[in-house]
Amino acid sequence: MLKIKNLRANIDGKEILKGINLEVKPGEVHAIMGPNGSGKSTLASVLAGRDEYEVTGGTVEFAGKDLLEMAPEERAREGIFLAFQYPVEIPGVSTTNFLKTAVNEIRQHRGLEPLDAVAFLNLMKEKSKLVEIDQSLLKRSLNEGFSGGEKKRNEIFQMAMLEPKLSILDETDSGLDIDALRIVANGVTKLKSRENATIVVTHYQRLLNYIVPDFVHVLYNGKIVKSGGKELALELEEKGYDWIKSAVKEGSEI
Amino acid sequence: MDLKELLLENYKTVEQELEGKNGSVVKERRKEAIATFEKIGFPTLKNEEWKYTNISAALKKEFSIETIPALTKADIEQYLIKNLKGNILVFVNGQLSQELSKIISPESGLIIKPLAETDADVLEKYFGKSSTNDAFTYLNTALSHQGTFIKIPKGKSLEEPVVLYFISDARKENIFIQPHNIFLIEENAEAKFVESYHTIGKESGFSNVITQIILRKDARAEYYKIQNDSVTASHVGTTQVYQEGKSNFSSTTVSLNGNIIRNNLNIVLNAEHSEATMYGLYLLKGTQHVDNHTIADHAKPNCFSNELYKGILNDKSTGVFNGKIFVKQDAQKTNAFQSNKNILLSKDATMNTKPQLEIFADDVKCSHGATIGQLDEEPLFYLRSRGISEEKAKALLVIAFAQDIIDHIKIEALKEFLIRGINQSLGNNF
Ligand SMILES: Nc1ncnc2c1ncn2[C@@H]1O[C@H](COP(=O)(O)OP(=O)(O)OP(=O)(O)O)[C@@H](O)[C@H]1O
Ligand SMILES: [Mg+2]
Repeated sequence: MLKIKNLRANIDGKEILKGINLEVKPGEVHAIMGPNGSGKSTLASVLAGRDEYEVTGGTVEFAGKDLLEMAPEERAREGIFLAFQYPVEIPGVSTTNFLKTAVNEIRQHRGLEPLDAVAFLNLMKEKSKLVEIDQSLLKRSLNEGFSGGEKKRNEIFQMAMLEPKLSILDETDSGLDIDALRIVANGVTKLKSRENATIVVTHYQRLLNYIVPDFVHVLYNGKIVKSGGKELALELEEKGYDWIKSAVKEGSEI
Repeated sequence: MDLKELLLENYKTVEQELEGKNGSVVKERRKEAIATFEKIGFPTLKNEEWKYTNISAALKKEFSIETIPALTKADIEQYLIKNLKGNILVFVNGQLSQELSKIISPESGLIIKPLAETDADVLEKYFGKSSTNDAFTYLNTALSHQGTFIKIPKGKSLEEPVVLYFISDARKENIFIQPHNIFLIEENAEAKFVESYHTIGKESGFSNVITQIILRKDARAEYYKIQNDSVTASHVGTTQVYQEGKSNFSSTTVSLNGNIIRNNLNIVLNAEHSEATMYGLYLLKGTQHVDNHTIADHAKPNCFSNELYKGILNDKSTGVFNGKIFVKQDAQKTNAFQSNKNILLSKDATMNTKPQLEIFADDVKCSHGATIGQLDEEPLFYLRSRGISEEKAKALLVIAFAQDIIDHIKIEALKEFLIRGINQSLGNNF
């Protein structure tokens, strides 16, 4: 589904991604962990098509197509979804109106009729139950004045509405209270299928108890320096990143 | 013959006609006006008030000034604002067409007469008087025989708006029109007015307009000026408002399309406890140019004025905002606020904004501010990352930017018109 080969990217002339290799197949869950500033959000942004980042090398193939050639909206229509680490507040744009536009643009791309007002509201109701998001939030301007946790929940709600093939969740767990974490994680799990895949960026093992990863990768200094199964997350939780950092410095195998 | 000569000739032919209809005040003011026009001629960039608006090119054409074609309902249908109900007045090349107009309010609440039959005291006091004194106001004053006097009698509240469509038929020739309208809202009366300008055909249109609005004590009026004209149509218009005690006036100027547009909006708060609000929204593309010059003239104490103009400029368009607040010496306890906010959607668009405060009283609250920025990248990316096209994402953000102006429009059909207009201007078909 997703094939990243030797991906390099700069921002303001500074290299942040220094040769990323990653393959994600349908049905899989990949967790990406790593110290602050290692490039996790950068990778997510580059995949979503943010043009502040300059891709300087490598390729990304998504469902057989060259992802890097596409505009952000085309990527979304093809099935990429990024749940942002810091969702932006957009005063004056109502959540409902925004989502209706998005849903119908994606439906059009998939050759489906646009949803009318009633069908759309029904879909909203159904999906809002999944992440237990308060209806009153959806009447407000997009993310405006939402609490940190409400913003994260809104991201997953949007994911439910848009039914992506590949979801990239960038620290969706940070800022969620214990109950919300369970609810949101269960929502994500319910949306999982054999056809779609998930990349979970997180600092904490706790989320991975709910969304169980098939693979765990450590991103450090712009590279994936170690990959393993779900037990790698447990090991990181226990030992931190120092052992990985020093191994990288020494240039030895980890 | 150049336009100036043509207009001076025209004065000679209509001078007689005007004399017969009105009292000596009007005659005298017209005479003075044409003499002044002859002396000063059309403004150039050297004129301080026209520093950023080059009107010369739009005037250097062969214009026809007095042709009145017969248009049918079908000809004008597409220029009427969808779903906008009200008292419809259609002016064809400046002249009111009875066949195309339709009045639905009873005559007890809405009086419409030719300009020449304006109440004598109103003419005496206000005719030919303006805070804007340039070639265009003089010219219009001198030649104003096309126009209408609209009166809302004392205590009447007009539910349906008065909608004035100015249609220029430029299919065969360039058309120059000079409507002059006076709206009188008498004591404790209330009304809404809409002005809309359209040019049919490929040739050029030029409208030089004066609208005078007089609000008596406790009167309330909303005024909407809608500009969605063709790209060959230029406009210079002065809306001159006089407010008497405890009156409330609200103006909204929306400029979506046109060639060169200059709007003067002058409000004189002439008695205590009057309130005026001035809203403006301009959304420009191509090489369009819109210049809004406004004056809030606080002549008496305890008045309030609030102004908010917002602009979105695309392509190579240019905008000008010049907002003056005058607070006269005895206008104590004045509250006057002004703000102009702009978004440039293109590197080639320019905006010149200039607030001017002249305050001669000491116990006042005044503020002003102007911003010129770009659409934020982050919200744009966020919307696009959800599958929304760049054009639609921009339209959503522009509508959000314009929301406080849209919210002040009290006529639903105008709101819808505006949202459609924003979408169309940004390349979305709705
Ligand atoms: N606009 C920018 N200009 C300069 N440096 C930037 C810019 N954006 C990001 N960076 C840098 O790129 C590096 C990677 O940032 P990124 O946000 O991808 O890290 P991260 O792995 O997601 O970290 P965290 O765990 O804290 O979320 C950081 O050093 C950051 O400071
Ligand atoms: Mg991050």
